[in-house]
Amino acid sequence: MSFSPELHHWLILSTILFSIGIYGVLTRRNAVGVLMSVELLLNSAAMNFLIFNHYASKPFIDGAIMALFIIAVAAAEAVIAMALFVAIFRSRKTVDVTQINTLKG
Amino acid sequence: MDKVEIYLPILIMVAVGALIATVLMGLSVLIGKRTRSKVKMQPYECGVDPVGDTKHPVPVKYYMVAILFIIFDIEVVFLYPWAVIYDSLGMFGFLEMLVFVAILITGYFYILGKGALKWD
Amino acid sequence: MNLSGANIDFTLLLPEISLAICGFAILLLGVTKRGKDFGFGLGLFGLIAALAFTVQQWGTLETGFFGMVTKDGFSSLYNIIFLLAGIISLLIAQTYLRAKKIDKPEYYALVLFSILGMMVMASSYDLIIIFIGLEIMSIPLYVLAGFHRFNPKSNEAGIKYFIIGAFASGFLLYGIALVYGAGATTDLRLIAANYHSMAQQAPLLLYAGVALILIGFGFKVGAVPFHMWAPDVYQGAPTPVTAFFSVGPKAAGFAALMRILDFGFDSMDEIQSVLWILAVLTMAVGNILALFQDNIKRMLAYSSIAHAGYILVALTVGGEGAVASGLYYLLGYTFFNLGAFAILTILDTRDGTDSRFSELTGMASRHPFLATLLAIFMFSLAGFPPTAGFFGKLYIFSGAVEGGFIWLAIIGVMTSFVSVYYYLRVVVACFFTKADHPFQQVAMNPYLALALIITAVGALGLGLFPSSWIDLSRQAFASFL
Repeated sequence: MSFSPELHHWLILSTILFSIGIYGVLTRRNAVGVLMSVELLLNSAAMNFLIFNHYASKPFIDGAIMALFIIAVAAAEAVIAMALFVAIFRSRKTVDVTQINTLKG
Repeated sequence: MDKVEIYLPILIMVAVGALIATVLMGLSVLIGKRTRSKVKMQPYECGVDPVGDTKHPVPVKYYMVAILFIIFDIEVVFLYPWAVIYDSLGMFGFLEMLVFVAILITGYFYILGKGALKWD
Repeated sequence: MNLSGANIDFTLLLPEISLAICGFAILLLGVTKRGKDFGFGLGLFGLIAALAFTVQQWGTLETGFFGMVTKDGFSSLYNIIFLLAGIISLLIAQTYLRAKKIDKPEYYALVLFSILGMMVMASSYDLIIIFIGLEIMSIPLYVLAGFHRFNPKSNEAGIKYFIIGAFASGFLLYGIALVYGAGATTDLRLIAANYHSMAQQAPLLLYAGVALILIGFGFKVGAVPFHMWAPDVYQGAPTPVTAFFSVGPKAAGFAALMRILDFGFDSMDEIQSVLWILAVLTMAVGNILALFQDNIKRMLAYSSIAHAGYILVALTVGGEGAVASGLYYLLGYTFFNLGAFAILTILDTRDGTDSRFSELTGMASRHPFLATLLAIFMFSLAGFPPTAGFFGKLYIFSGAVEGGFIWLAIIGVMTSFVSVYYYLRVVVACFFTKADHPFQQVAMNPYLALALIITAVGALGLGLFPSSWIDLSRQAFASFL
């Protein structure tokens, strides 16, 4: 049991998170599920910043600061999304993204 | 620091917890006596007779409060790094943070004026 | 901490600060009983003040706030484009919003905040600041797309724009993270300086990162194959918002792309072939799909995709001359595209309209002046001389030929010949189609007239003295090399 995670282990983890996010955005039918997948995308990027900050630019903290900004941005996006979902639920009684399809060419 | 061994006690703890839970639940399933009646099979709701469906739509004002809470809660994240190096930033840092808080308060007054926090 | 080398100079940010202050003032006044009507005036005041400060900054080259903010000719020119787009779309918005009973002060504040984000995006060399500017721009835009709250189509546009926009932000951010991993910096100046050592040490991270950044901005500027959101969002959003969408975010995306590709990753030669494919696809798909639309808003959405393709041609060729012609084209596009949307907004202000081609019949006899203006804007979009559209395309395609991209130029010219068909369809519907029912009168007011005058003068004026404008764009671009 003398295993210690290296750079590439962390990168694999963040890549898996990113892939789950993409998969979720493309396959989820519930808009809230899509929102959660988007949050995964953003947070896997934040995680990458922290990883690279730890392994590549140790004395500086640019990556950590960026992670803070990403947290704030992700929260702002979640809030806007929830407000939009509430508005669309009032008019359509559903947040199923496959049902929201009246705009067509 | 980076060694996984330091998590070993936690693993043992989890294993022991799981074991105790399984043994106790298993024992009660094996040797316990079961009686089924209509009253007993009802979902538990503080001893009161259950009313309506569990999939009850939540009033939209709960969403409003939740949404507003998230945004103000997260903005505090910028206060922590500022507080850590407050001494070395001096007056400039103080004024910058005043501007930041002023912007947040603008948002607060806006939602207050819009009546988003009124419950009724 | 030593703040002496930081150059904390708030006069650098005066345009942004004036926008922010006016935006907050609009919000705060908007909740009082009598302050609701100040939204439009304050919004216009903020934009004009910011424009004045930006013009005053013209020609300076200054870096401040620990190198995070850069004000050069490039950022000034882009800021002028954003602010002009904001002013014109604000002028046409009020009448529409009043007619649809959604005239809320928040609209003006959101437009101001969005432009603030675009300006932040255009005035930095740091990928962190570019990303934050992008978010400040995008988040108000999601709300603006769904601003017609009780109209299901507007809701749908908002939700679609949000999902695609957030998805694109995720890609962009992951790309920035990978580039940060390759070079331990997000500063494009440092990346440009250390490019070769980065490419040797961590080529995989670098290439994957740049590819993801390209995808992220591809979504934002509406390049094929990342364009599928544009027609739906353009059709569903309120028309003045669509007008703003078709210019503002696109220009901001190109501002960031030009800084990133022509400065930060100037030495990465492989990008050129990727951009080549993107440009060809964007021009071809945009122009061909526009042929089959019945809805003018959707048609203009595909047309705006095609125009993004022309600017991508300029980016593919690269170098001072080509990018300057791209800038010139973007400036002209701001005027003639907004002019076309201004007239569409005036038409949509009437009840029961859905911006279909059939609704244009009889316009020429009822409103000959408006119809003539619409024709001028369509000719400019199609690229007839002596409009800005013609000279823009001329400079872009001749630049491509000089740069050795003969096929790119040929494909570009061919697709823009295709586009003549659908632009002329609008003119034919206005002038030469027999109306089976009388054309419904539209109401004019001074604001709408002013917006039309600005856009028409811009579209024709840029075409009259093209060489001096090209020199201006060249100066702007040269300032960041």
